Amino acid sequence: MDIRSKALTKSIWVFHMSVGSCNNCDIEILDCFTPRHDIERFGIQLIGSVRHADALLITGAMNKKAIVRMKKVYEQTAKPCVVVACGICACSQHMFRDSYNVGEPLDKILPVDLYIPGCPPKPEAIISGILQLVNKMKKGK
Amino acid sequence: MKTIFYLLIFPGFLFSLTVGLLAGWLDRKLTARLQWRVGPPWYQNFMDILKLLGKETIVPEGSKLVFLLSPYLGLASVVLVTASLGRSIISPLDSFSGDLIVFLYLLIIPAIAVIIGASSSRNPLASVGASREMKLILAYELPLILCVIAVVLKCKGALQIGQVIQYQLLYGSIAFSLSGALAFIVAIFCIQAKLGIGLFDIAEADQEIMGGTLIEYSGLPLAIFKLTKAVMLYVLPVFIIVLFLGRDLTPIFIIAKYLMLLLIIILIKNTNPRLRIDQALKFFWRIPTVLAGIAVILASFGL
Ligand code: SF4
Repeated sequence: MDIRSKALTKSIWVFHMSVGSCNNCDIEILDCFTPRHDIERFGIQLIGSVRHADALLITGAMNKKAIVRMKKVYEQTAKPCVVVACGICACSQHMFRDSYNVGEPLDKILPVDLYIPGCPPKPEAIISGILQLVNKMKKGK
Repeated sequence: MKTIFYLLIFPGFLFSLTVGLLAGWLDRKLTARLQWRVGPPWYQNFMDILKLLGKETIVPEGSKLVFLLSPYLGLASVVLVTASLGRSIISPLDSFSGDLIVFLYLLIIPAIAVIIGASSSRNPLASVGASREMKLILAYELPLILCVIAVVLKCKGALQIGQVIQYQLLYGSIAFSLSGALAFIVAIFCIQAKLGIGLFDIAEADQEIMGGTLIEYSGLPLAIFKLTKAVMLYVLPVFIIVLFLGRDLTPIFIIAKYLMLLLIIILIKNTNPRLRIDQALKFFWRIPTVLAGIAVILASFGL
């Protein structure tokens, strides 16, 4: 494995995007950065601009209006960038599947690299998911 | 040959970059410990830079050449400062007369590079950041220059780093005189605003204008901006140390003084919330400018 992809696994900057979530997933994501869980020890940071992102953390049930924006945001990221579906809504649209205002599921729109199920997922689950992705990247690339 | 070595390796680029990135790590680690967290490992900032080198660079519509070149402008000017400041610490007689003024100018250029780059990206949030950066320069530059004038008056009109160091060797550090102490306190606030951390993280404000001036940057140019920040974190405290605490400039004392100054900056950063831009402007033009003015008056009487 070359040094660049090693550096990528050691320093993941996350851009968080809500595509019609109920806001619980977003709160649990913020919990990962609190003293108890402290995800910064793995070099993971929440950043403000999509241009800096290495991972797109997507929460919510694919609201039809938000899908257009989400595609735009994905096109604006600097590649390589992984897509993480956080919460059962983003994974499989949950109980909103037949709702009038949701579009296609996330993995039909963007290439998803990691699914973190749970409603909302615990911070521990999010951390373990991200570490599994890091391990996969270490072996795969 | 020698000049290139000074510029690129020892007191210049590579050395200052390593120290700056390590100091940046110290900042993150101490912040984490103060918040009862664990914090990142020591190589974290190096990894961030390496990762940014491997990422795609996106160039937005607008003037592309200016957008891509402005990061190098900032980095080149701070590297120049580190090289010649380092040389004058090692052998004070090597410095040229008037270098104090040159340093003051060169240290503004990184902020100007940020403004040029942000404006050329045509992003509304970046232009908000750029205008804030501009106001911040107006706010902190006056007290900082007054501080340097106080030092110059104290050293009987020496405009040369070498002479400032020699004066302090003979008569003791400037920070221990009345005017020097006032100017030193003001200078600590000014370098925080120059670094844009803590109280004065106004132009970049991640939580509010999404990275502000850096919003459109990705990949290599972003890495260059981060490196410029790291080198600034090394060179500004050293500049202050040379001006105010320059009695003992043996390596061990420089390291001790640098760490002490860094600790003060980090503690101020962690115990104070960020100011609004108008508050920052008011703060700088009221307290530090008046204090620095008093310091200049006291220095002209030799106190
Ligand atoms: S997965 Fe649950 S908590 Fe998360 S957005 Fe959907 S409904 Fe809300």
